[in-house]
Amino acid sequence: MLIKMWLNGEPIRDHMDADMLLLDFVRRHGALSVKRGCETANCGLCTVLLEGKPVLSCSILAAKAEGKHVVTLEGVQKEAEEFGTFLANQGAEQCGFCNPGFIMNILAMEKELKDPTEEEINEYLAGNLCRCSGFVGQLRSIQAYLKHKQEVRAHEAE
Amino acid sequence: MTKSSRRKRFLTGENGFRLPPMVKRREKLIKIKRYWKVETLEEAYELNQKRANRIIGGMVWMKMGEKQFHTAIDLSDVVSSEIVENEEEFIIGAMTTLRDLECHEGIHKYTDGAVKESLRHIVGVQFRNVATVGGSIWGRFGFSDVLTMFLAMDTYVDLYKGGRVSLEAFSKMPYDKDILLNIVVKKNTMSLAYESMRNTKTDFPVLACAASVRPDEVLLSIGARPQKAVIIRANDTVMKIDRSEQEEFARALAVQVKAEISVGSNMRASAEYRRQLAGVLARRAVMKALVADEQKPMVITDTDTLQTKGGEQIC
Ligand SMILES: Cc1cc2nc3c(=O)[nH]c(=O)nc-3n(C[C@H](O)[C@H](O)[C@H](O)COP(=O)(O)OP(=O)(O)OC[C@H]3O[C@@H](n4cnc5c(N)ncnc54)[C@H](O)[C@@H]3O)c2cc1C
Ligand code: FES
Ligand code: FES
Repeated sequence: MLIKMWLNGEPIRDHMDADMLLLDFVRRHGALSVKRGCETANCGLCTVLLEGKPVLSCSILAAKAEGKHVVTLEGVQKEAEEFGTFLANQGAEQCGFCNPGFIMNILAMEKELKDPTEEEINEYLAGNLCRCSGFVGQLRSIQAYLKHKQEVRAHEAE
Repeated sequence: MTKSSRRKRFLTGENGFRLPPMVKRREKLIKIKRYWKVETLEEAYELNQKRANRIIGGMVWMKMGEKQFHTAIDLSDVVSSEIVENEEEFIIGAMTTLRDLECHEGIHKYTDGAVKESLRHIVGVQFRNVATVGGSIWGRFGFSDVLTMFLAMDTYVDLYKGGRVSLEAFSKMPYDKDILLNIVVKKNTMSLAYESMRNTKTDFPVLACAASVRPDEVLLSIGARPQKAVIIRANDTVMKIDRSEQEEFARALAVQVKAEISVGSNMRASAEYRRQLAGVLARRAVMKALVADEQKPMVITDTDTLQTKGGEQIC
């Protein structure tokens, strides 16, 4: 079947099988940051943004993205790099395998939640599993990152 | 045979060559021949009568269970994915995602936060942005937090051919080939609370319990027994206790629940553990609902009191 969508801002037209998952579709089009972890909707590694909302690309047919905008880590390089520095500063990154999905969800959270509490952060990221870290360093890095963003916003508003 | 043709046969698994697991091509979890976005409900209904075809909601659950089918029937253009609120009821389109339900301000207010509590433990935000309310209710899964929660309210389902049916009746109906259009929650006076227990975060619940305190009755919906949710109504002995004696009321109801509930064992917990847990969750949920009830105005003189702002997102 023919499908049309936007991937990281680029329009795409392609033929594909009806049962192709969004995960495989975006990888076929060069978004190799999107990885297959559990494929059972549990680990969050395959997170992409569909019309701005984080979804599991392993659990959604590419056909469902017809006419929609899909964003992967490749499409948010600047923001990802900025947050990556905070991760590195806290020593939160170990093998780094979980990072693509994790970062996509953090960027979504930043847009969705205003000034989230620790509990709200934990809850929002409950669907992102990391088998190396104990999540503590990651939490520190998120809090530092959100604080930094807040300061930047306050500075800009002055 | 040349070296390259032997290699090709090895890699493709032809002529009896067995591929070692590392080289084997990854099997698709689900195989579908055709994806079809229907234009009318009748078209969807007709397609759905064929055994090889399936209606898809978020398809998260089907992907795990179904091996293959012919046509995936997408209802996106004919079944609503929105929540409409009016003075009497909430009409939740079957294609609404669990996340949209969780974040709906009107529902949050009306249910004293119970719906959000029932949903927030389901895997993660990315999951709840895909899974639908319709798929969850249609599935009538034993473990379902969603079914447990909705059974505690005055809920109905709109079926394309079957018309409006109470959720309690629907939960006992055999699976057929109808289409679920809406889930309708009547805004009757009640206070609600939700409690669940999980062995680990984001896992299926070991047991789930929703409490509903109404002017003339108090009921509990208990799910993940591990069978599907059932309703237990407070008996006369419990109802004779003054509700302002919250602890006493809740403890008496917990005793009734432990005596009445039918539970089973599975890999998550034994039946005996679930029975004990049922008492604990019932007591906690009823206590919460009684407290919420106490904080509401005694007499509702104006229907507007039941009106919530609605439509806006709380997340
Ligand atoms: C890994 C995992 C963990 C989960 N954990 C929990 C949990 O902790 N608590 C919980 O409550 N739930 C849990 N669920 C279930 C989940 O919340 C949803 O209930 C489930 O995914 C079904 O929703 P769906 O949109 O994916 O439905 P689908 O998979 O698309 O459909 C489910 C069934 O309903 C049928 N169907 C869908 N829509 C309609 C319709 N409109 N009319 C007629 N038939 C229809 C389909 O044909 C199919 O038979 C979990 C699921 C998974 C995969
Ligand atoms: S690969 Fe999608 S959730 Fe794990
Ligand atoms: S750093 Fe290794 S999985 Fe998260």
